[in-house]
Amino acid sequence: MELFENSAAKLSEMLNNKEISSVELTKSVFERIKDTDDKVNAYLTLDEENALNKAAEVDKKRAAGEKLSPLAGIPIGIKDNISTKGLRTTCASRMLESYEPPFDASVMTKLREADAVVTGKLNMDEFAMGSSTETSYFKKTKNPFDLERIPGGSSGGSAAAVAAGEAVLALGSDTGGSIRQPASYCGVVGLKPTYGAVSRYGLVAFASSLDQIGPLGRTVEDVAMLQSQICGHDKMDATSAYREYPDYVGLLSEDVSGLRIGIADEYFGEGVSDEVKTAVMNAVGELEKRGAQVKHVSLPSTDYALSSYYIISSAEASSNLARFDGVRYGYRAKEYDGLVDMYEKTRSQGFGAEVKRRIMLGTFVLSSGFYDAYYKKAKLMQRRISAEFSEVFKEVDVIAAPTVPTTAFKIGQNMDDPLKMYATDICTVTVNIAGLPAISVPCVHEDGRLPIGLQLIGDRFAEDKLLSTAYAYEKTVGGFRFPKL
Amino acid sequence: MVKGYEVVIGLETHAELSTDSKIYCSCKNKFGLEVNSQVCPICMGMPGTLPTLNEKVVDYAIKMGHALNCTINRICKQDRKNYFYPDLPKAYQISQSDVPLCENGYVDILVDGEERRIGVTRIHIEEDAGKLLHSERFNGDSLVDLNRCGVPLIEIVSEPDMRSSAEAKIYLETLKSILKYLDICDCKMQEGSIRCDVNVSVHKPGEPLGTRTEMKNVNSFSAAVRGIDYEINRQIEVLEAGGTITQETRRWDDVKGESVSMRSKEDAQDYRYFPEPDLLTIVVEQSRIDELKTQIPELPNAKLLRYVREYGITLKEATFVSESVELAGLFDECMEKGSGAPKSYISWIVGDLVKYLNDTGKTVDETRITADKLIELVDAIDKKTISNAGGKKVFAVLLEQDKPVKDIISELGLAQVSDTAALERIADEVLAANEKSVNDFKNGKTNALGFIVGQCMKASKGKANPAMMKEIITKKLDEM
Repeated sequence: MELFENSAAKLSEMLNNKEISSVELTKSVFERIKDTDDKVNAYLTLDEENALNKAAEVDKKRAAGEKLSPLAGIPIGIKDNISTKGLRTTCASRMLESYEPPFDASVMTKLREADAVVTGKLNMDEFAMGSSTETSYFKKTKNPFDLERIPGGSSGGSAAAVAAGEAVLALGSDTGGSIRQPASYCGVVGLKPTYGAVSRYGLVAFASSLDQIGPLGRTVEDVAMLQSQICGHDKMDATSAYREYPDYVGLLSEDVSGLRIGIADEYFGEGVSDEVKTAVMNAVGELEKRGAQVKHVSLPSTDYALSSYYIISSAEASSNLARFDGVRYGYRAKEYDGLVDMYEKTRSQGFGAEVKRRIMLGTFVLSSGFYDAYYKKAKLMQRRISAEFSEVFKEVDVIAAPTVPTTAFKIGQNMDDPLKMYATDICTVTVNIAGLPAISVPCVHEDGRLPIGLQLIGDRFAEDKLLSTAYAYEKTVGGFRFPKL
Repeated sequence: MVKGYEVVIGLETHAELSTDSKIYCSCKNKFGLEVNSQVCPICMGMPGTLPTLNEKVVDYAIKMGHALNCTINRICKQDRKNYFYPDLPKAYQISQSDVPLCENGYVDILVDGEERRIGVTRIHIEEDAGKLLHSERFNGDSLVDLNRCGVPLIEIVSEPDMRSSAEAKIYLETLKSILKYLDICDCKMQEGSIRCDVNVSVHKPGEPLGTRTEMKNVNSFSAAVRGIDYEINRQIEVLEAGGTITQETRRWDDVKGESVSMRSKEDAQDYRYFPEPDLLTIVVEQSRIDELKTQIPELPNAKLLRYVREYGITLKEATFVSESVELAGLFDECMEKGSGAPKSYISWIVGDLVKYLNDTGKTVDETRITADKLIELVDAIDKKTISNAGGKKVFAVLLEQDKPVKDIISELGLAQVSDTAALERIADEVLAANEKSVNDFKNGKTNALGFIVGQCMKASKGKANPAMMKEIITKKLDEM
């Protein structure tokens, strides 16, 4: 077994026991990247030299007997919309092709304090707008389980890299399912934390009220480990919650007896494939066998979530992306005639089609005369959806649902049909709308079959319950299997 | 009324708040430093940065809200105002749209001795933008200085309650003196600390309000007067020629003394306001609002009314003193502790003190004068211990040295001779030595009296109390 194939928890133990060095581990991961990334295309930028230097530094600290974080020396890939000081952060857009942030995102500060080794920056849909990583300006990432298929998105590079062994862990961001959906397609674990649990400072904003950074890993324990490190109040982010967080690894438990699992019909409606329904219900059955209780619950406003999501997220995006105007940094059109022409040409050339579609949609719904009909209504719907979840969480601890209605589709299959593409977010967006945490954990474990994710949704700050439920399920059915690459 | 038209004016006044740091980041809020030196990723709007609200800005704005008798909205929000311009790095300004921090207030101003109440629609907080720099040195490019990005502003919106440019100017000056009193704005006009947009319309008496125009780029109070007068005349000319006023935004050019159309209502920008998702709702505890109210001093417009009504001070002097926190503070302390006439204190303050301040560039604090000293000085004059002329000499010393008034009087030998016996002795000597003048007086030449008194003063080396001296001489001449 190669070093890169191990879980972060296992590697952390090996490093701690000085069975291996971080340099050896980091080299193993970069070897793997060299072997497979030509096929997978997960990375936009590699940072090998700094990674090896950091690994050597960690090894030295360990040799000196310093007490280190569990993440110390572990190679982690970063989605390319998280600002990394001095390391190109493109958001997979021509607009930021050569942009190097002058500061670190708060999560990066935390990872650096934990002595994690940053491998590089991972591909994504342009500005995180997409569900397949096909809207990246630079390259199309492939699903490691079937190279003809998409890895999901927008954190497609993060999920694919973890699945392919090109990173032990990865950070993604989730605005409408962008961590959970690619995790589901790539057979890895992805957690979308409660809104406010992880600082957004330094995450290039798509939709400020919905965005949340979160971890991806090959095991639930790995995800718990990374989440424990990145969560916490940050005074740089006004929307960051004031509270103490536990060490989630220490709270993991296989005992699910008495756990109340809710099943909502709204998540198993039209468009959800039989294969996915069966896989998810089988997983719920496993948990029931271990003592969990299953209850049927109702979330009637789910039907309106998708349109509310696209209105709110596009509205915020249209404002958030207005700063990319060619004046101070990033792309500027080569030829233009005056200020307005410079703006128009820069933004026409610098943004891809999907980004422009969302900017136009968002600009429209905020326009005077349309604001009340769209944005205001969507915000009202957001309140109703949140209230329905609150009611349901009086009765159950977690809600089980599919992460995505189907398995990964073929590259190019949905590119001409934005509405069909948007519909793949139907099971994930409600969670962002309501600011809740949710996890996607693989629930298909047969060779030759495409991965499917079981989504578990919890009440605000109930990450511990989600992680434990996912952990118990993972222990029952067995963990991650590498794809053949 | 101008040429048979009634004039309606409303003002939107922006004041930069003098907090230590900017509104959404920890950069220093300082004017006049090297371009782009007071900036950070947040106020430069770099991708991924987030704003966090400087609570001092809320406090300052609430103080102004109290001063202008506003309702303070305990719960309010911040919104994004979206538009593209190179001096606005995020392409939106964080401001407040439908729920401002303060609303429904008023301010009383004094116009030609008459009290006028001007409604204040709202006061909201927002961030300032940067500044574009144009120069031939830049080879046709424009550069941008982002130091001002994120400087906290309050926007004070008045009701359309003003009826002339003179009234608008008094309103602006009143706002300025209140801002200064509250110590929340440095009010340096040349640095753009206070700027305003002007809304003007005209209509015939008894007819409905006319169409208004908005004028931007008004950078001083005198420019406001010129701009308003220009706009009033322009509108009347258009109407008199049978035309109609179009609702539009105009730009004032103070050098040319004219305004030009910037954009019409049809071209008005849609700012697509929506709640700022990066910031939480502002929730202010009632106790904090109440506490801030206790910090509001008596304001200059209230002082002005008090000085004129209760002390009988001229409007000019009262305005002058009330507008200055320091001068009014000194005067109020004198009135509180001393027993002299208000006019005595005021004349020292607006006379010798202000002249000294102007000549030296000092503030009142930087001189050695205190209310106690001024009271002592006025007492000495009232009791005729020293003459007015002697008082001026004492005052000059008081400005620069911390010494008791009586010590200065004796050091300078200024004590007046008010001892009747001593004065009579001088009188007798002078009368004896000036027989001719005495005879002149007796023969009806009344101005001989002045000469004789002058001789007495000379004989006393200026120390004789002139009033007493004159009284004694008159009496003695009558008796002769």
